[in-house]
Amino acid sequence: MAASCSGSSAILHKCVPFKSMCNMHQCSGVFIRRIWTSGSKCQLQPKLQSKSASQMVGVVALEIHAQIQAKSKLFSSSRVGFSAPPNSHVSFFDASLPGTLPVLNRRCVEAAVMTGLALNCKINTKSLFDRKHYFYADLPAGYQITQQRVPIAVNGSLSFSYLGGKKRSEVMTKSVRVRQIQLEQDSGKSLHDDQRSRTLIDLNRAGVGLMEVVMDPDMCCGEEAAAAVRELQLILQTLGTCQGNMAEGQLRVDANVSVHHPGEPLGIRTEVKNINSARFVARAIDYEIQRQIEVLESGGTVLNETRAFDSKTGMTVPMRDKEGLQDYRFMPEPNLPPLFVYEGVDTVPDGFDPAHVVVIDRLKAQLPELPRVKRTRLMEEYGILPEHSFTLVNEDGLMDFFESVVQKTKMEPRKLIGWVIKELMGNLNQQNLKVTQSPVSPEALAQLLNLLESGFISSSAAKVVFQEMWKAPEKCVEQLVKELDLGLISDREELVKICQRVMDAHPDLVKVIRGGNKKVLNKLMGVVQKESKGRADPVQLRNILEEMTS
Amino acid sequence: MDVLDQSEIRIPRRHTGRRKPRWQPTVQEALKCEKSEKRRTSAIMLGLSIKEVSAALREGKLSATELCRKCLQRIKKTRHLNAYITVTEELAMRQAQEADDRLLRGKPLGPLDGIPFSVKDNFCTENIETTCASRMLRGYCPPFNATVVQKLLDQGAVLVGKTNLDEFAMGSGSTDGVFGPVRNPWSYAAPYRTLSHGTDPDSDWVITGGSSGGSAAAVASLSSFLALGSDTGGSTRNPGSLCGVVALKPSYSLLSRHGLIPLVNSMDVPGIMSRSVHDTAIALSVLQGRDEKDSTTVQAPDSHPAALPQEFDVRDLCVGVPKEYHAPGLSAETLSQWTRVAAMFERAGARVCEVSLPHTQYSIVCYHVLCCCEVASNMARFDGLQYGHRSAVESSTEALYATTRHEGFNNVVRRRVLSGNYFLLKQNYERYFVKAQQIRRLITEDFRRVFASGVDVLLTPTTLSDAATYSDFIQEDNRTRSAQDDIFTQPVNLAGLPAVTVPTSLSSRGLPLSLQLIGQRLQDRKLLAVAHWMEQQLDFPLIRFHDEDDVQDTKSERNRDRERTSGS
Repeated sequence: MAASCSGSSAILHKCVPFKSMCNMHQCSGVFIRRIWTSGSKCQLQPKLQSKSASQMVGVVALEIHAQIQAKSKLFSSSRVGFSAPPNSHVSFFDASLPGTLPVLNRRCVEAAVMTGLALNCKINTKSLFDRKHYFYADLPAGYQITQQRVPIAVNGSLSFSYLGGKKRSEVMTKSVRVRQIQLEQDSGKSLHDDQRSRTLIDLNRAGVGLMEVVMDPDMCCGEEAAAAVRELQLILQTLGTCQGNMAEGQLRVDANVSVHHPGEPLGIRTEVKNINSARFVARAIDYEIQRQIEVLESGGTVLNETRAFDSKTGMTVPMRDKEGLQDYRFMPEPNLPPLFVYEGVDTVPDGFDPAHVVVIDRLKAQLPELPRVKRTRLMEEYGILPEHSFTLVNEDGLMDFFESVVQKTKMEPRKLIGWVIKELMGNLNQQNLKVTQSPVSPEALAQLLNLLESGFISSSAAKVVFQEMWKAPEKCVEQLVKELDLGLISDREELVKICQRVMDAHPDLVKVIRGGNKKVLNKLMGVVQKESKGRADPVQLRNILEEMTS
Repeated sequence: MDVLDQSEIRIPRRHTGRRKPRWQPTVQEALKCEKSEKRRTSAIMLGLSIKEVSAALREGKLSATELCRKCLQRIKKTRHLNAYITVTEELAMRQAQEADDRLLRGKPLGPLDGIPFSVKDNFCTENIETTCASRMLRGYCPPFNATVVQKLLDQGAVLVGKTNLDEFAMGSGSTDGVFGPVRNPWSYAAPYRTLSHGTDPDSDWVITGGSSGGSAAAVASLSSFLALGSDTGGSTRNPGSLCGVVALKPSYSLLSRHGLIPLVNSMDVPGIMSRSVHDTAIALSVLQGRDEKDSTTVQAPDSHPAALPQEFDVRDLCVGVPKEYHAPGLSAETLSQWTRVAAMFERAGARVCEVSLPHTQYSIVCYHVLCCCEVASNMARFDGLQYGHRSAVESSTEALYATTRHEGFNNVVRRRVLSGNYFLLKQNYERYFVKAQQIRRLITEDFRRVFASGVDVLLTPTTLSDAATYSDFIQEDNRTRSAQDDIFTQPVNLAGLPAVTVPTSLSSRGLPLSLQLIGQRLQDRKLLAVAHWMEQQLDFPLIRFHDEDDVQDTKSERNRDRERTSGS
């Protein structure tokens, strides 16, 4: 990173020597070692805890910053773009030039209201902006404009599901309270160049609109938190209010973690930051719960501190620069009048153009089908199981894939779902691919299933063909079936010949069947199928064998 | 480059005596000048009102370049006043030339086309240094114009320079800026020089008041026809009053603050200074109105014409006189002016009544808390990273911040930042900030109640007395001075009301005395109509300088003074 930074320093604003940051890096190295020695003594898997430890449980609350998907920033007209050249999207206001003033972006307000509605929040028709002060190089004004006192949305809830139970196929559903959603500015980015001991500032992100979703401490472990994050991500993506890509920082999760004995007051919490994927949400939180339990059990105390998750080691380490309690010296933002949104067009006061204000009813009418509703619809429409509809909606693009296959085949969706969940997802997961990267297109899968449905190939043959399609996506399904010689044997004479050959090779089995144990017929059928490479139609085969062994 | 007319200019020793209404040279008088009279007439020309000079420009009796050159010469002649931080000579001449082109084609942009104006140095001007009289912003050239500046430029007005102030507009004397104090032009005018019995002008000069002292001095010394100030607690009206010019603090939200480097966002307003109420009204009509870049602005209430009514009947008017404004320290002379003008209204048929604003007494302390809080917040951006002064100490980011801010800000700013941060601490917020806001509401409520009872305007003093000498003024610190000097002006800012100060007469020391009129919110136009009537009844003289030699003498002294200030 350092090299790329110094290379583009000509277009960066200023470089700041940042000695204190270097110190921090050295110190955090020390911390890593210390925690490693204490933490390495025991397993970090919650399931393998000792008896006394299992009495303590984790309490998790999330604060999620979602970057609002909008063309321009929250208070300025500069564009929002990930991976643009450094400092290319910076207005005078974003750079906090003196004399500049914030002008609120209506699109950001609408996004927050829509998100609030989707999370069952009460929308405050009057909300306020505040200044939160702290000195940091990538916060050019020395304060962040946020909504501390009266946020735009409050008192909502987020219900989410995850697959649990013994076989991890049971849909477990939970709900967390959403305390508030507030609009606020994003900060810029500091790029630390340790070699030259300086910091470069990129203000492209400074002033981008954020929705901070604050949840109550209603969760108990990493898995729940990860599921809640995933559900929120789906909702935001469905609404189009946030792209939700965690790796690109569009969705940032901070976890407040504490442990306690159930029934007792909550323990001292730490705040875990720097979690940049859904998978790490679970890992970071479970690590932190376990760490706190160990600290307490060994007679120590948990410090109220901010810790960073290190995805390489899977551990959390204290963040030195966030040490100590900050007094943010909140103050009302004097340059922005109260933010008014209106229940309906009829409540918009005279003198305001309803087209230029935010109307809740109008946004409510525009809400798309939310994931929860979508899952129910899928179950009803296609007669599929809850866990199937869960997977369909939660895997990016899988539902579209599924519905597209449904449209193109005569096969029952209920039968078809197994192909999508087991065969397709199994292969994708094995190779760590996304649905959109699948070598087998919905069309190709539909063709295969049509052959199966029309009795041209058997189900076991279809599975073989599917694996071949995966390896050679350029070949069409019919061609593969032909090449592999997997078409069903429709000639009865040929089948009889194969059966005769098998019966001759297994006189003992035939004897048992003739002795009255009809169950053994299945075994004989299996041998025939193996011989015919699964090309025999099972019903016809059974008839022939029954005849021949009688 | 040298665009200046090199011929010597002397300031006229004497005006044609007093007249009613207010003394004004006729345009013919000003323009029928022969070369031998040039020096005299140029001053008369500069003393014309905007309305008159604009007419002369249109009629071709005068060119914008000539007018601009005269103003630039006047700036040079009055450099000892230290009214300007930056003189935009080259740009001004270019703009004047463009104005002439339009005037020649008979297509002026409006009543301000070709009119020289100046701007307080806390308004952003594109590619022109904007310092706030602070070391922090020395050398800083903003990439954009403040909306109010842009509006004047769009009208063809000619920017001659950026005027001096207290650092970041924090002060009431224009004595606490990094470029040194501003001197009141009346220190060098005949009345004061005569009445102060020939004492040394280098030691007995009087202050302009502040913080927009440079703008007030520019207008009073005839080097600008119009100047922008800013008014947070009286910063436009206070120097306007002490320099004998008309100074308007418009209703909050009527003029855009975009590009005004803030002191207290919830109270700041761009102020207008000129030599007549009528000129102020012209400027107001150009400057007012909603600005997309400032979310706190509103549409001007009605589309009234720039011109004020020629005949204004005060018989329907109710003038309130707040009893609480009989403050300790109010000079006998100011009090007598107050009484005199109130009587004048009464004689003309207006109803004059005593009113009460009981919470006014808490205004100072309330203002102090709110001001410091917003200052602490607004000043947080000056960290040396992106613009402005940057310390050489780079041992750590924190050290860089601290030394940059210590070196960049003067004591006054640093003290307010410290107090403000203290007031905003979590444990203090309720006790200071919230309480101050509650008091602010009570003060606003006082005004609302008085106006609801049928009062149209309030008549009050603007300042306690005429201008103090610099040597007297600096006996007290900035904080004490601001608290003393803003008592009549500040409640208006807390309530967001419009107020205008109008000079009434000269004091026994030969210095201007003024009174303030306070109007109802967004009724600025009505307020100016009353002020216009009042101005017509009064007889405030145009400035005339004692003699040229005084000006020459003070130059060396001024340089000494400037060295001392910047070296400390």
